Amino acid sequence: MAHPPADVPDPSAEVPEVPEAPEGSRTVLDAHDIARALTRISHELLERNKGSEDLVLLGIPTRGTHLATRLAERIARVEGTDVPTGTLDVTMYRDDLRRQPTRGPQHTALPPGGIDGKTVVLVDDVLYSGRTVRAALDAMNDLGRPATVRLAVLVDRGHRELPIRADHVGKNLPSARSERVMVRLEESDGYDVVRIAPSPGDALLHPGEGS
Amino acid sequence: MNKHLLSVDDVTPDDVATLFATAVEMHDVQHRSVKKLPALRGRTVVNLFFEDSTRTRSSFEIAGKWLSADVINVSAKGSSVSKGESLRDTVLTVAAMGVDGLVIRHMASGAAQQVSQWTDAVVVNAGDGTHEHPTQALLDAYTLTRRLGGLEGRHVAIVGDLTHSRVFRSNVALLTKLGARVTVVAPPTLMPAGVTAWSEAAGFATSYDLDAVLPTADAVMMLRVQRERMSGGFFPTAREYTVGYGLTRDRLGLLREGTPILHPGPMNRGLEIAADAADAAGSAVLDQVSAGVAVRMSVLYHLLAGEGSVA
Amino acid sequence: MSEPLVITGASVLGGEPRDLYVADGVLVDAAPAGARTIDAEGLVALPGLVDLHTHLREPGREDAETVLTGSRAAAVGGFTAVLAMANTSPVTDTAEAAERVLDLGRAAGLVDVQPVGAVTRGLEGHELAELGLMARSRARVRVFSDDGRCVHDPRVMRRALEYVRAFGGVVSQHSQDPDLAGPSACCHEGELSGRLGLPGWPGIAEETIVARDVMLARHTRSRLHVAHVSTAGSVEVLRWAKAQGIDVTAEVTPHHLLLTTDLVAGYDPVYKVNPPLRPDEDVHALREALADGTVDAVATDHAPHARHDKEHAFGDAAFGMLGLETALSVVSEVMVTSGAMGWADVARVMSQTPARIAGLEGHGGSLAVGSPAHLALVDPAAAVTVDRDASVSLSRNNPWHGRRLTGAVVATFLGGRPTVLDGALV
Repeated sequence: MAHPPADVPDPSAEVPEVPEAPEGSRTVLDAHDIARALTRISHELLERNKGSEDLVLLGIPTRGTHLATRLAERIARVEGTDVPTGTLDVTMYRDDLRRQPTRGPQHTALPPGGIDGKTVVLVDDVLYSGRTVRAALDAMNDLGRPATVRLAVLVDRGHRELPIRADHVGKNLPSARSERVMVRLEESDGYDVVRIAPSPGDALLHPGEGS
Repeated sequence: MNKHLLSVDDVTPDDVATLFATAVEMHDVQHRSVKKLPALRGRTVVNLFFEDSTRTRSSFEIAGKWLSADVINVSAKGSSVSKGESLRDTVLTVAAMGVDGLVIRHMASGAAQQVSQWTDAVVVNAGDGTHEHPTQALLDAYTLTRRLGGLEGRHVAIVGDLTHSRVFRSNVALLTKLGARVTVVAPPTLMPAGVTAWSEAAGFATSYDLDAVLPTADAVMMLRVQRERMSGGFFPTAREYTVGYGLTRDRLGLLREGTPILHPGPMNRGLEIAADAADAAGSAVLDQVSAGVAVRMSVLYHLLAGEGSVA
Repeated sequence: MSEPLVITGASVLGGEPRDLYVADGVLVDAAPAGARTIDAEGLVALPGLVDLHTHLREPGREDAETVLTGSRAAAVGGFTAVLAMANTSPVTDTAEAAERVLDLGRAAGLVDVQPVGAVTRGLEGHELAELGLMARSRARVRVFSDDGRCVHDPRVMRRALEYVRAFGGVVSQHSQDPDLAGPSACCHEGELSGRLGLPGWPGIAEETIVARDVMLARHTRSRLHVAHVSTAGSVEVLRWAKAQGIDVTAEVTPHHLLLTTDLVAGYDPVYKVNPPLRPDEDVHALREALADGTVDAVATDHAPHARHDKEHAFGDAAFGMLGLETALSVVSEVMVTSGAMGWADVARVMSQTPARIAGLEGHGGSLAVGSPAHLALVDPAAAVTVDRDASVSLSRNNPWHGRRLTGAVVATFLGGRPTVLDGALV
């Protein structure tokens, strides 16, 4: 297994202070890395779509939604147009619903123009088993019929259990199943970082989760 | 959340917040073209109704179906006593078919609680006698929360046949739990036994004077009054009842503009509620019906979707 | 005839330990030859208990109880005589019906089963049953009751009270005004019933009838017995009536001495009973009234029901609870352990007075030499945890299940013949 560099860059002055990495974990992407990855993905999206026309970004709550918003901001800066953005909750479509205590669904909101005939980019933080994306595809099916669906993720950590692949990846992160990938974003956590840690047993309970 | 929903006592304010948050999402589903979520796929919900109630049964049926549960309606109308079968036998027979959720309506108070002791299925009380109707109270509180922006400190008047009302019992418990100030209004003969001690212990007010209560009300909940009560000597005539306790056109003037008016239905127009009131701008009657499906979806989802909820 | 017995070291009615001798079914003054010895050291000897109020369900509901199974329960409870209520199917409202119950009791042979006759034909409250023919029958009926229903019509009640004077009879009234206790009423009316949404009936529904009846008894100069008194208000009326010299007696059930209405909060029909379980204030008034003699007797109102008659919603389930096997333990727990009564008082309220009210000869004595050897031996220190499945009754509607009580019947003798030894049927 390839080990990324162990040296952790100091957080720069303008980004919020990142708490010390917990014992045993290491930082995979810092705030700058995340920003660069998102900028690259936003360019890829425009290139692939030949502009922003008919593009819709749908984030999967919670952090996928934040990432979708950030991508839309970057596209707006480049193209000067607002890409319709929404949020797509998949809680009720999960195939492991009955293996966990019930959790309330989060908000689903489609942009006003809907998704019919659009190029929908699903955005999530971590791609792992692929089950969340499968659930998202089902959820979307109940909401409309896009022309094309693409998938953008910040981290692809491997270990797919379904025939699903991402079209746009911030970072490919080879990992062991026993490891835990934690994505923290300023909007929900106060700071940006992606870390990997040897997992205590509890991470195995929810292997489909990135964080 | 408790395993069953038998009474408002089964939910904490936090549970209610969770149920309402989910109900908001379910409400959105009602406006989709595909009104279907897969959350309860493979689950079987039986609506076991010992008493007719088209509206409650339909509401639970739609809620279950939109969550993809298999919903079966079993009408066990009429007392099982007269059929020689005990309630326990009836319930065990139905449960033996492999039921995950049992939505039960019965004309006797306490029936849902008894049933929950006889079966492993999740039991939801859809109205037991004159005891409770917790999903009705949840949908009323949900409707009021949406209309008023919150219940803390709000003054709600519940008016009508309190003695025979499960809607009153569930609502007074839930609304006070959520921080509302409740005044119940009825003639003395339609106040439940021991209401003085009860109201003091539970923290709600009682009044015989509707006109004195309405000006400070943030919401009014009118209860159905059955005409049969006259023969029980509870009040002399329908006319006298309406003059004393009906929400008449004149009384609408005592309410602030837009005050929500609730009624669990079916309404006796002209008896407890005038047509003008039922159709007034503040009337929340149709909101209640649509909230009913969303709230029941939320209840079924939280009680039946996760682990530990399989019979 | 029974074998001769020497019962050693029994505390007779709670007094100093001494030996009791039984020959030919009668208490004698010296040890008979060849006697079997029964060690009763540490036990209290009481005259065999007499229950003024038992439902044996036969004929009609032999799936709930029979005269035989009810007799077994009575014997286990220390009883040597029970009055079998008339609300069977058919109703005990004829001489033939009464004799049939008497004969079934004799065939069972465990306790003296004395039939109660209906006051009105079919318990319908309209026409008097053949009270005189029942009195003249082999069953020698003296207690008449429509129990389960109230003799509500004041004209009928007046005539019944007058009529039974001819043969020393007594009317045992189930005091409950049906107009104040509606057809769906199923528990005590009060704050709890209001909260639970259960239709109840208030104490006043009993008290107005008790008040009316004591005035009728005064007017007719007849004897009145008030069955299962359940409220403090009824006690007040009785106290007043007795002070006036009105010939009235009253009974209280063991359950009304201990169980309170809050037990119905879980909607368990095992606690559904008529009269209903009442609040604490009533329970305390009843204990006081029993101790001071305002209430004369304890009677079980043993009311067995088949499971399928109880496994309904609370409002639909049958009224009634078992009582014969646990009555003495409850009275011991509530009245003796607390110091409110001694064992001589227990003998008075559970044997002597009931026997006198019912006109039962041979029962309810003082264990004097020459009287029939109907007696019960009680271990006053025994701690028992009631197990409904250990009951010899056919039914299981036992509200005492799981409850710990102090004091238990160890042995029962009917005419010198042991029916129960070591707490079990012989």
